[in-house]
Amino acid sequence: MDEFNWIAIGSITDIPRRGARCVNTPEGKIAVFRTAEDQVFAMDDHCPHKGGPLSQGIVHGAAVTCPLHNWVISLETGKALGADEGAVRTIPVRVEGVHLFIALEALASRAA
Amino acid sequence: MTEKLVIIGNGMAPGRMLEHLLEKAPGRYQVTIFNAEPRVNYDRIMLSPVLSGEKAYEEIIIHGDGWYIKHDITLYKGHKIIAIDRTAKTITSDHGVTEPYDKLVIATGSVPFIIPVPGHNLPGVLTYRDLDDVQAMMLAAQSRAKAVVIGGGLLGLEAAAGLNAQGMDVTVLHVMPTLMERQLDPAAGYLLQRAVEERGIKVITKANTQAITGNGKVERVELADGTVIPATLVVMAVGIRPNATIAKEAGLAVNRGIVVDAGMRSNDPDIYALGECAEVNGQVYGLVAPLYEMARVAASQLAGDAAAAFVHSDTPTKLKVTGIELFSLGDFADGDDRQEIVLRDASAGVYKRLVLKDDRIIGTVLYGETADGAWFNDLKKKQTDISEMRDTLIFGQSYQGGAPLDPMAAVAALPDDAEICGCNGVCKSKITGAIMAKGLTSLDDVRAHTKASASCGSCTGLVEKLMVLTIGDKYNPAAVQPMCGCTTLGHDEVRRLIKAKHLKTIPAVMQELEWQTSCGCAKCRPALNYYLVCDWPDGYADDYQSRFINERVHANIQKDGTYSVVPRMWGGVTNAAELRAIADVVDKFEIPMVKVTGGQRIDMLGIRKEDLPAVWADLGQAGFVSGHAYAKGLRTVKTCVGSDWCRFGTQDSTGLGIRIEKFMWGSWTPAKLKMAVSGCPRNCAEATCKDVGVICVDSGYEIHFAGAAGLDIKSTEVLGMVRTEDEALQHIVALTQMYREQGRYLERIYKWAKRIGIAEIKRQIMDDGEKRQTYYERFVFSQKFAQVDPWSERVSGKDKHEFRPMASVGFAQAAE
Repeated sequence: MDEFNWIAIGSITDIPRRGARCVNTPEGKIAVFRTAEDQVFAMDDHCPHKGGPLSQGIVHGAAVTCPLHNWVISLETGKALGADEGAVRTIPVRVEGVHLFIALEALASRAA
Repeated sequence: MTEKLVIIGNGMAPGRMLEHLLEKAPGRYQVTIFNAEPRVNYDRIMLSPVLSGEKAYEEIIIHGDGWYIKHDITLYKGHKIIAIDRTAKTITSDHGVTEPYDKLVIATGSVPFIIPVPGHNLPGVLTYRDLDDVQAMMLAAQSRAKAVVIGGGLLGLEAAAGLNAQGMDVTVLHVMPTLMERQLDPAAGYLLQRAVEERGIKVITKANTQAITGNGKVERVELADGTVIPATLVVMAVGIRPNATIAKEAGLAVNRGIVVDAGMRSNDPDIYALGECAEVNGQVYGLVAPLYEMARVAASQLAGDAAAAFVHSDTPTKLKVTGIELFSLGDFADGDDRQEIVLRDASAGVYKRLVLKDDRIIGTVLYGETADGAWFNDLKKKQTDISEMRDTLIFGQSYQGGAPLDPMAAVAALPDDAEICGCNGVCKSKITGAIMAKGLTSLDDVRAHTKASASCGSCTGLVEKLMVLTIGDKYNPAAVQPMCGCTTLGHDEVRRLIKAKHLKTIPAVMQELEWQTSCGCAKCRPALNYYLVCDWPDGYADDYQSRFINERVHANIQKDGTYSVVPRMWGGVTNAAELRAIADVVDKFEIPMVKVTGGQRIDMLGIRKEDLPAVWADLGQAGFVSGHAYAKGLRTVKTCVGSDWCRFGTQDSTGLGIRIEKFMWGSWTPAKLKMAVSGCPRNCAEATCKDVGVICVDSGYEIHFAGAAGLDIKSTEVLGMVRTEDEALQHIVALTQMYREQGRYLERIYKWAKRIGIAEIKRQIMDDGEKRQTYYERFVFSQKFAQVDPWSERVSGKDKHEFRPMASVGFAQAAE
């Protein structure tokens, strides 16, 4: 069984390919990304560098380039790629057909 | 113990001498330089390109301030030496600095010869010698009035061409019957005169200047035959004479110049002289190659090599006027013991003449086609017997030995000791040797190590061919920087292939050009998107996911993730209704900051992304459209109030600015494009540091471009002058389209212009009417698809997903 409390956030078709949308939560904004190959990733919408909104960046491969200072963040690990160092919290995502769900720690613990 | 070396003068010859000396005897001398000019060592040969606007002063500096610091050399700028005390061994400057020396080098250069006609000292009479002269001429040229250049030699013609390029109406007065008679025979002089006149420069030969007259400043030049030529600027370029005053006062032997032996030593064993002020074996010199030879000899002597001696050699002369090819060498006077071979092709504007004596070349004049100059120079220098190839000699090296050689083979066939760089006396083997020994792979490296092509640059093509011959593929002349890590191709190559292969989508480009990543990166995708938008205006669907956020949501992202919004105010003009609407929007959306921008617009900062469509809806109600303050595209056209209001305005600058902006808004460009129109040369709209600017004058519109006032500061280049507003618009649009088609993504227009060459841009936009028209038409076509207000599109619901969160979860009410 899943230990997470999965929360529905909408359909994969809500997000453009090579794009992102935001989900507002009590923990702040979560950025949900969709790659060219329809993989979906979620992470805090907060670049580890200066807090830039990653959801506004350009999505390429399984990475996003922050719109403020061009840090490149791996969507898979949340870690900065290349010479930069830093990481952003990733959020588990589940895809069921077109439906998307995310799991938040705080929400999960509250539900428990 | 280190000895004290003091140098008077900081021109190219002592600069070169120091380079040699630092190499040969590092640390031997403690060096102090006194320079009467208040600046560092720069390339005087390149003053003409500075005057014509093709280069900036910064580009011709040879030794920047850092060089002097690095080598621990003290440089007194703006200090003129007024006395040399040979007994005490000291010199004293006009600022009162007295410096002792062990060895003294005098390199005071030359002074321009001033014809002592009445009025020669009126304000407005200049010479052409240093950067101050050039700056004074450029300042005078801003009036776009009439100039007279006295002297039809090398310097005079370069000055005339430069002033002409700066927009002045120029007349050249030359006392002899043909131009450059010391370097050219009458036939070539005639061709040169024709080419000069075709540029709109008037030439009067056999012109005997009688007086320069005017009331307190230059107003006209009067000739002996009664001709009167109106002029506000007179440039005297009739020759130079060695500047030996200080040496003479110190009691050194001075004839025409400071007399030195073959080791560059004067009659005082501790004092050397070199450069234009020195006289060696009864000769004084003015071209750079022999001066550099003097520098080499003087450095060797100072380093302790008593055998180093100056050897005279003829130096080829070249005229540095873009588009005029001219080469002259040696002696070409007629004589009973001489024969000549002449080739004329009047329609092609080619003239070649070889003067032979005893089957050897003693003189060469080439006009219109000068590629064989190096080869003829080599034959002359080596005194090669040419009787075997006499029949085909004039056709050049390619025609020797059967089939014509391709240019590469011609270079390969040059002997090892053939001189490649005339300015610096660098032969072929020195270049190829340095490339091999030091593993050089770029032109800049070769320049740094050998000096070849580092002065006037006219041998750059030869040097590049040598690099290819020596290291083959390892030398890539374009030195192509790949667009990004996803490809090995550079921007230009990608643009070319997009057109050639008819690639009309980003995936097609990546597939066909073998991208190494699945869907590119944040560097290449916006670039490709721009190239496709530009090249296929009617056939490409703009890929918003490949645009930076600002262009995707048509606002400027701020550091806190909010946005700023700038509505378009055509030409910077607004009214009460617009201002009221802005005030209402600011109140309604509680916009925290309102600011006037440098481009004469109003910026509202701190708007939440979700509010953007509603803000635009309200602004749209008042008639506002997007100001594209976020775009790599046309931003603003700044204007002054022009002839409608200003007592100095010469044209309706506001009207023209609005017209340009209404015509060009919505167009995407490689990088942002900011413009301005000023109604008179006082230039209140600051048009001369913009990407494109217009200065209105009584007689029309002067179009400027390629300025910068950001990371780099650079004043504009003059594209040209047109008479009507319609022409101004057409030229600006054509220029912009040329830039759109050739610029690399994120390359501002001034960088593009530097890469392409100002002269080439002028040629295509100013001189080639057909080309201009086709650029113009392609821009107009593209605008049909580009001029859609992105704000109203989004108010109508386009890209809704961009402005709304996908969901809100986890909040109390959502959890229920």
